[in-house]
Amino acid sequence: MSLKERINAANEEALRRIVAADPVLVDVAPAGDVIPGLEDRMILHSGPPVTWERMCGAQRGAVIGMCLFEGWAQDPAAAARMLAAGEIALEPNHHHGTVGPMAGTITRNMWVWVVENRAFGNRAFCRQVESFQQFGDHSPDALAGLEKWRDTWGPALGTAVRKMGGVPLKQLVARALLMGDEMHNRVVASSSLFANAVAPHLVVCGLPTEQVVSTLFYAGNHPFLFLGLSMAAAKASMDPVRGVEASTVVTAMARNGTEFGIQVSGLEGEWFTAPAPRVQGLLLPGWKEEDAGLDMGDSAITETVGWGGAALGGAPGILSFTGGTAEQALAFSRDMRGISTGLSPDYLMPALNFEGTAVGIDIRKVVHANLVPVIDTAIAHREPGHGIIGGGIVRPPMECFTKALARFAEKYQG
Amino acid sequence: MVRTTVIRKNRYLDSVFLMQVARRIAGQPGLRDASALMATEANRKVLASLGYGDGGRDADFATAGPNDLVLAIEGEAAAVAAIAADADAWLARGSGAASMAAREPRTIPEAVAGRPDCTLAVISVPGEHAAREARLALEAGLHVFLFSSNVSVEDELALKTEARRRGLLVMGPDCGTAYLGGAGIGFANAVRPGSIGIIGPSGTGMQEFACLVHRFGAGISHGIGTGSRDLSDAIGGISTMMGLDALEADPATRLIAVISKPPGEATTARLWERLRRCAKPVVLCLLGAEPGAIEAPGASPLAGAEGTIHVAATLDEAVCLALEELGLPGSAQLRPDGEALRRQAAFATGQLAPEQRHIRGLFAGGTLCYQSQAIFRRAGLAVCSNAPLSGMRQLPDPWVSLGDSFVDLGAGLFVEGRPHPMIDASLRRERLEQEGQDPSVAVLLLDFILGAMSSGDPVGGLLEAILGAQHAAIRKGGRLCVVASVCGTEDDPQGLQNQTRALEEAGVLVFPSHALAAAFCVEVMLQLRNRKEVH
Amino acid sequence: MPTKVENLLQQRPVFLIVGVRGFGESLRDAGHQVVFLDWSPPAGGDPKLAALLDDLL
Repeated sequence: MSLKERINAANEEALRRIVAADPVLVDVAPAGDVIPGLEDRMILHSGPPVTWERMCGAQRGAVIGMCLFEGWAQDPAAAARMLAAGEIALEPNHHHGTVGPMAGTITRNMWVWVVENRAFGNRAFCRQVESFQQFGDHSPDALAGLEKWRDTWGPALGTAVRKMGGVPLKQLVARALLMGDEMHNRVVASSSLFANAVAPHLVVCGLPTEQVVSTLFYAGNHPFLFLGLSMAAAKASMDPVRGVEASTVVTAMARNGTEFGIQVSGLEGEWFTAPAPRVQGLLLPGWKEEDAGLDMGDSAITETVGWGGAALGGAPGILSFTGGTAEQALAFSRDMRGISTGLSPDYLMPALNFEGTAVGIDIRKVVHANLVPVIDTAIAHREPGHGIIGGGIVRPPMECFTKALARFAEKYQG
Repeated sequence: MVRTTVIRKNRYLDSVFLMQVARRIAGQPGLRDASALMATEANRKVLASLGYGDGGRDADFATAGPNDLVLAIEGEAAAVAAIAADADAWLARGSGAASMAAREPRTIPEAVAGRPDCTLAVISVPGEHAAREARLALEAGLHVFLFSSNVSVEDELALKTEARRRGLLVMGPDCGTAYLGGAGIGFANAVRPGSIGIIGPSGTGMQEFACLVHRFGAGISHGIGTGSRDLSDAIGGISTMMGLDALEADPATRLIAVISKPPGEATTARLWERLRRCAKPVVLCLLGAEPGAIEAPGASPLAGAEGTIHVAATLDEAVCLALEELGLPGSAQLRPDGEALRRQAAFATGQLAPEQRHIRGLFAGGTLCYQSQAIFRRAGLAVCSNAPLSGMRQLPDPWVSLGDSFVDLGAGLFVEGRPHPMIDASLRRERLEQEGQDPSVAVLLLDFILGAMSSGDPVGGLLEAILGAQHAAIRKGGRLCVVASVCGTEDDPQGLQNQTRALEEAGVLVFPSHALAAAFCVEVMLQLRNRKEVH
Repeated sequence: MPTKVENLLQQRPVFLIVGVRGFGESLRDAGHQVVFLDWSPPAGGDPKLAALLDDLL
């Protein structure tokens, strides 16, 4: 079999695995109990590996926040000293079957969504999404949100989910896509669907009324609630695709605000990185272009599985982020189709005649078409200590893909 | 600088849409910043921290709630007031981005995935990318029309072998023209549909043949381009053979014309073997074949197993044979009338100054350059050329003519980074001006090629230079004999008559075919030689 | 059954234009179905990467 035939067969297998994925939310639990290899005095972060020295402002702010949250330091200055001294281990989420939004920071006492891919038996994890600490804000208010999640909402949702025997996510996502979500920057419909699904179980799971009511308010009014779930579901769907010999399908795209990194199925264990790009988008009131940090977060895992940018054609409502039109939203989805391995039979876009979203980004096609994926994202501040400042669309650096292709050729051309 | 807020009670707009509104407003002259938000408590806090709400004294702002919309504007007083007065219009406006047409696909596989009904890829990318795109097209199940040149023989063989395996046709490389059913591809002329199918390397040879067929009332069923190397032994005639199979089976085709330079030795044998099996009559036009070669391996016309095989040495002969075989009249005009040509040549020669003794052929069409050399060679005349026929001299510097020279200005070296002379006259105009300054030049031989993709006014592009050269010759006491043919039809955008008339009005001798123009030039050159001998 | 080349001759072709748009514009103006490719050199014109793609894609 020629190398081309091997690659095509491998990519078909990769596509088969992505499409076969059956993500089910099975628990909400403390990260330390469920994430393999997450040790004490370790912070998991988004993107490819990065040191404290090279870490961007927002991610620095977020890891400082985690040191305070875990009680390892009493104030930000002390936390920064510990981090600079190398007393806290920093590892990418992706090395632990995990993803995190924006700075993506996770420690043992951070509660995480636990999603099991029932088709393959693997599990993936993602922390909750909020608008402050994950953007680098380590103020007491920001940390109070994490504590509330740890002490009230996380445990309540975990109890309800276990009582439900898990929440199947595939159908929920498919329905939400038909309702205008793209599962990355717009998860309004899926958040609602999820809140509706858990609400009755929350009510009857025997927890104190105050906790139940608080959790119902939280789940029912959080427009980004489901992003943590869609990220975990995407990660659980993509992990079985890792290590398919000779496959050129992208298994992860992740950014730490310093570098953009991708991983490729047939090159398991390697990262291909380039400087993180600037996000094209809109800023919240009071913020200016020069305040914006560079692209950050593991959330682009959703694009690898065929959501986010690949599903933009079905979510024109968020398109004004880029000043674009509904036709441009469709064009973005077509862009993704041109660089992907196949189409999803499950995740359909009404605006594209109910055709499936593009699945399985192929580094060969990216380089050939000279067209990188489209990623929806939020914008963090370039300095530590701020919440969300905007949102928009970002394109990964082509360099990640050309580096990966060159390495692929080196490994497989023999 | 002033700050103003405008409240719209009980009005909801999506937050992202509002961000868009804010950005458009902030971009107006005189404005420093703008925000558009639902007036939730948190949003009001943010706005207050930015200095809006007049320190809590603005009652409307202070009492606005989460169902109310707030527009906050900061800038020069007049600009702020203008926006505030027109707030509803700003909130009603869409994104304002121009509606973008559906994006075009970037790669062949993507295009075919979106349009599985595609059948033929027309490829004209730079040579170094051409083989790759052709391969992708074949892999996507498309036939290929490959206009690009500079494709290596190895790549051509690989492409055609793969195409044959898939039952697909590769027309090219370096294929300028094809006709498929009613569609004229590339540098095609507007010729009538008819019963003659053509297979040819598909440069100007196919165009000239098709236009002449059209002019005499017949028409073309299909014209299949093969690229100029297809009948070399390296390629073995893969596309020619596939074309023959298809035209033989095609109900519209009654006669097949094969135009070619002399094929490779092994391929000649295979071609004859195939033509003998052909169920339809064939006219084989072997341009530039050595005398004798075209008679082999038998007398013409040859009786094939089914049809008849006629052999011709020029496009005109091929057209005549085809029309006669089909029982169509009218081709007599293409038979050179030796006596008339001699008289016309004598008149032209008589006006020349003694130092005028050379011919310069400046060609846009490569095949026409080739055919002219063949016609000269048959008459025992030699010329230099940048693309010489066997027996002709290589022009040492293609940019400078030497003695009698025929220059193919469409050759690679001339068109690197410049438009082909069929598209843009400037290259040929410069060369023509250069020739006009040479007092030894007696005859200029030109070709003009019409068609949808050719220059909008091929004659117009050279007319001034022609007149200039003629005047220069008159000033030196002679005359310049300018000879041309126009390859095209009345239905081409440039119009055959218009172009011909413009040439004739400039005193150019225009012949109905390029072979006739060349035959006339032969006569002039022979008479000039005699004149020399007399002197 | 007619061969693919016979079909090419007997059915109205649908053209995919790869390169100079003029080829497609004249066909489109003549009433034929034309699909245009937004072609650019693969791999942004990097010949080494393009050569890799020849082997891999």
